[in-house]
Amino acid sequence: MTAEANDPRLSIAAGGNASFRPLLEWLARRAEPVAIGLVAILIGLALFSLFILAVGKSPLTLFQLMYTGGFGSWFSIQNSLSRAAPLLLTALCVALPARLGLVIIGAEGAVVLGGVAAAASAMPFVGIVPPIVLFVFMAIAAMVVGGIWIGFAGFLRHYRGVNETISSLLLAYIAIALMNQFVEGLLRDPASLNKPSTKPLPKDYMLGQIPGMDVHWGLVIGVIACILSWVLIEITSFGFAARIAGGNVRAAQIQGLPVGKLIVGFTAIAGGFAGLAGMIEVAAVQGSANASLAAGYGYTGILVAFLARHNPLAIIPVAILLGGISASGGLIQRRMGLPDATVLVLQGTLFIVILFCETFYGRFKIFNPDLWKRS
Amino acid sequence: MEDTGIGLWGVPLAIFAGAIRVSTPFIFVSLGETITERSGRINLGLEGTLVFGAMTAYAVAVMTGSPTLGVLAAMATGAIFGTIHGWICKWPKVNDIAIGIAMMQFGLGLAFFLGKSFIQPVAPKLPSIPLGGWSAVPQVQAALNINVLFFIGAALALFLWWAFRNTRIGLTLRVVGDSTDAARAMGISPDRVRLLATAAGGSLAAIGGAYLSLYYPGSWNEGISSGQGLMAVALVIFARWNPIGCFLAALLFGGAGALGPALQSVGVTQGYYLFYAAPYVLTLIILIATSSPTRSLAGAPGALSLTK
Repeated sequence: MTAEANDPRLSIAAGGNASFRPLLEWLARRAEPVAIGLVAILIGLALFSLFILAVGKSPLTLFQLMYTGGFGSWFSIQNSLSRAAPLLLTALCVALPARLGLVIIGAEGAVVLGGVAAAASAMPFVGIVPPIVLFVFMAIAAMVVGGIWIGFAGFLRHYRGVNETISSLLLAYIAIALMNQFVEGLLRDPASLNKPSTKPLPKDYMLGQIPGMDVHWGLVIGVIACILSWVLIEITSFGFAARIAGGNVRAAQIQGLPVGKLIVGFTAIAGGFAGLAGMIEVAAVQGSANASLAAGYGYTGILVAFLARHNPLAIIPVAILLGGISASGGLIQRRMGLPDATVLVLQGTLFIVILFCETFYGRFKIFNPDLWKRS
Repeated sequence: MEDTGIGLWGVPLAIFAGAIRVSTPFIFVSLGETITERSGRINLGLEGTLVFGAMTAYAVAVMTGSPTLGVLAAMATGAIFGTIHGWICKWPKVNDIAIGIAMMQFGLGLAFFLGKSFIQPVAPKLPSIPLGGWSAVPQVQAALNINVLFFIGAALALFLWWAFRNTRIGLTLRVVGDSTDAARAMGISPDRVRLLATAAGGSLAAIGGAYLSLYYPGSWNEGISSGQGLMAVALVIFARWNPIGCFLAALLFGGAGALGPALQSVGVTQGYYLFYAAPYVLTLIILIATSSPTRSLAGAPGALSLTK
C-alpha cells in the first residue's frame, strides 16, 4: 500500500492527466494513514532496537524470534490468531467511542464483568438447553452487563460532565473488585481450591474450534463484530450522526442530533463488545470465570485501536499483529533470557511513537490533493 | 485498658493510621499533577511514572544501601518521564490524554522489564518518626509511627499553596494554564513552562512510588500500585487544583483505602473485595457530585483539555 505514497509518478500525473485524477486523489488520501503508520512503526522499532542493544542483546535475533513465535509456523499463526480474538473486541470498545471524540480506556472492566455474567447465566441452563442456545444466553448476558458498564461512563460524560477516561478506568478497578467478590463468594465452585473459580462448563458446552484450525470461534465473532462496526460507522445514518458529533459537538447539537443518545448508545455498544470478549474467554478458553479474566486484553485493546486509528476494519490486521507479538513473548523469554515485559516495552514504545506521528498528518503535500494545483 | 486488643476502637484507629500511611503516595502524585494541570496540561501517565519511580527507588536502595539515594534517583527518572511527555505534547495535533495513556503503558512495561531482578532482594526502608511514645498501647504507638515523607508532603502542600499565589513562578504557571495566548503576549513560552511543570509533576509522582516500594507496603513487585497514579488525577479535580485541598483529599482517600484491612483486622471478612473497591467508588461518587455538564469547573485552569 505504501507504493502509492512513494510513487514519483503520482505527483506528475496529478498535475497532468485529468482522467486519473479522482482515483489518484482517493489513493493519496488513503495512503496518508498507511504511510505515516508504517513510518511510525519503523521509528518505534528502531528506538526499541536501541533499547535492546543497550541491555546487551541483539535486536535482530529478537525480531527473528518475534517472527518465528508469532507467524513462523502454522502452529504459531494459530496461536497469534487465538490471542487476536479478544483484542478485536476490546479494541472496538476503544474505537467506537473514539469516533465520537471520547477516550474510553476501561474495557478491562467490561471484559471481566462480561465473563462473570456469562458464567453466571450459564449455570442454571447447563444440561437443559443445547450448547448453541446456551452460548446465545451467555453472549446476551455478557453484552448487556458490559454495555451497561461502559454505557454508564458515556452517560456520566454527557449528562454529568464527568471525564470518561478517568471514570471508565475507575469503573474497571471496581469491576475487578466485583469479579473477585463474586468468584470468591457467591458464585464460587467449592471444588476450586487453589484458584477460586465459578463452576466449570462441561466439555461439550465449550465454544469449540473453527473446523480445520486450532483457533476458537471467538476469532470469527471478533471479525464479524469489526465488520458490523465498520458498517455501523460508515454506512448507517446513526454512524454518520456519530461522526458529525465526534467532529464538532456544538454543530451536531445545533443540527438537532441527539448527541446524548448517540454517546450512550455508542459507549453501550462498545461495552457490549468488550463484554462479549469476556464471554469468549469463559466459553472458549477458561471454561469458568476466574481472576485470569483480567489478563490485560482491555489495555492492549487501547493500543490496537489507536494503531488502527479507530477504523474497525484496520483493527483486524493490527490485532493479529499484536496477537503475534504477544504470542512470541514466551519464545523470547526462553531463547534470549529477556523478561516477559519485553513485549510491554515494545508496545509502549510503539504507542508513544504512533501518537507522536499524529503531528505529521496534513504536513505532506503529496497526500493532500487540494494542494496539488500547480501555479 | 488492656495492653493487647483494644476492641472496636481498633477500627477507627486503624483507619486513622491507614489514612496517614496510605495517603502519602496520593499526596505526592496529586501535588505533582496539580503543578502540571495548573500549567494547562494533563499527564495521565503518572501511574507509569509512579511504578517506575517505585522500581528505581527500590533498585537504587538495594544497590547503594541508602533509601534517600533511592528517592532522589526516583525523582530524576520521574523528571525524565515528565520531560518526554512535555516534549511530545508541544507538537501540534498531539493529544496529551492519549500520550499519557501511552506513557503509562511504557512506564509500566519498562519498570517490569528492568525491575525483574529486584523482586527478590530486600531494600532498606525509609525512616519513620515515632510520635506515639506517650502511649502504652502498642496499636497507638504503631499508628503514630509516621513516615518522614508524610510530613514533607504536608509541608510541600502548604508551600505550593503559598507559591502559586505569591511567587513569580507560581504566577507564570497560572497565566500559562489559564490562557496560552495571554502567556505568549507576555513573552512567556507556554511550551517551555508546560514542559518544566510536567517534569516537576513527574518527579513528585515518582516520590509517591518510592514511598510505596521503600516504606508501605515496602517491597517491589509488579502489583505495587493499585492505580494511585490515576486516582490522583481524579483527586486533583475534586480538590479544585488547590494543593491544600489535595492534601485533605489524599487523607480521605487513604482512609477509604484503609477501611477494608481495618475491618478485616477485627474479624469482618465478608465482602473484603468490596471494601477494597471503596477508594474507587468514593472517587467516582466525588467526580459525579462535583462535575457539571453545563458550566466549567470552578478553579479549573482555562487551557486544560480535561474539562472542555
